[in-house]
Amino acid sequence: MHELSIAMGIVDAALDESQRRGVQVSAVHLRLGALSGVVKDALMFSWEVACQDTQLQGSQLIVDEVPVIVFCTQCHAERELPSVQSFACPVCGAATMDIRQGKELEVFAIEVQEEEVQG
Amino acid sequence: MSEPRLVEVRRNVLKQNDVIAHALRSQFRAAGVFVVSLVSSPGSGKTTFLEKTLTQLQPRYRVAALVGDLATENDAVRLARSKAPVKQITTGTLCHLEAAMVQNALQDWNLHDLDFLFIENVGNLVCPSSYDLGENLRLVLMSVTEGEDKPLKYPTIFNSADVAVVTKNELADAVEFDWNAARNSIQSVRPGMQIFRLSAKTGEGMEEYLKFLGQRLAEQTAVAQI
Repeated sequence: MHELSIAMGIVDAALDESQRRGVQVSAVHLRLGALSGVVKDALMFSWEVACQDTQLQGSQLIVDEVPVIVFCTQCHAERELPSVQSFACPVCGAATMDIRQGKELEVFAIEVQEEEVQG
Repeated sequence: MSEPRLVEVRRNVLKQNDVIAHALRSQFRAAGVFVVSLVSSPGSGKTTFLEKTLTQLQPRYRVAALVGDLATENDAVRLARSKAPVKQITTGTLCHLEAAMVQNALQDWNLHDLDFLFIENVGNLVCPSSYDLGENLRLVLMSVTEGEDKPLKYPTIFNSADVAVVTKNELADAVEFDWNAARNSIQSVRPGMQIFRLSAKTGEGMEEYLKFLGQRLAEQTAVAQI
């Protein structure tokens, strides 16, 4: 279970962005690849703990799960894998290791709350 | 307060690890050392396998090892019997090694004095997959006693590995190990991966695997000289 340290890494990245921009973060959007080695449920479970006593306390983690996309040299096309247990083209069955997507572990966006300009 | 606004930031969470791993890889290349990391589940025989690897490579090569473990130094003590330089990285509660730990552990070692460096990760088939350690080759080890479908249960780590070793072959008959099923599982999650079947205990199959390591080192040296 390394999701807590991953969650803390996400918090650090989001805090850095919020401080740089001088904004308050209400939600963090994460792109999580099926091959990232990180389990969504465990990450969600760790989020509250990771945010504790930081400016992100009370914020939301929104996870966008990214499927694996491979390139099939037989079909000459990108294909989405239905399962990470089989690295074969779902259309023609050819084996492939040409991974185009699915390893993402990326803070994609933050939702920020800005104070309205007074006056 | 206004409505929340979405700001795109696109930050790789493991960037810090990746930056260190990249620096390590350059350092390894410059020193001419070939670095192999070992991942497996607990109890698969990783330490015995590594001890035999170190002992048998030593007549021909200069070898050393870093060993990750949660709390004990038992593995390092066992590996020290090979007479190769061995250093323990005690991770505490952390279930995997990170590039920074490898970097710290290597601070007082001169990599130019080495041909092979082995990094034994913590016994765990989940967490280590996310962390690049700067290695040239990631070796995933499974034993015949673990069942043929292990790769299907842990596809991410098998997919991230470069070569698979199936060990404890001396027990294969006793546990009715189905070699074809195991090979199909591995090839399903990692098409084209080279697989070695061996017994670290009896030595069966070790020669072919050690030859493979020697070839990979020679290839790296050849590339470096171009």
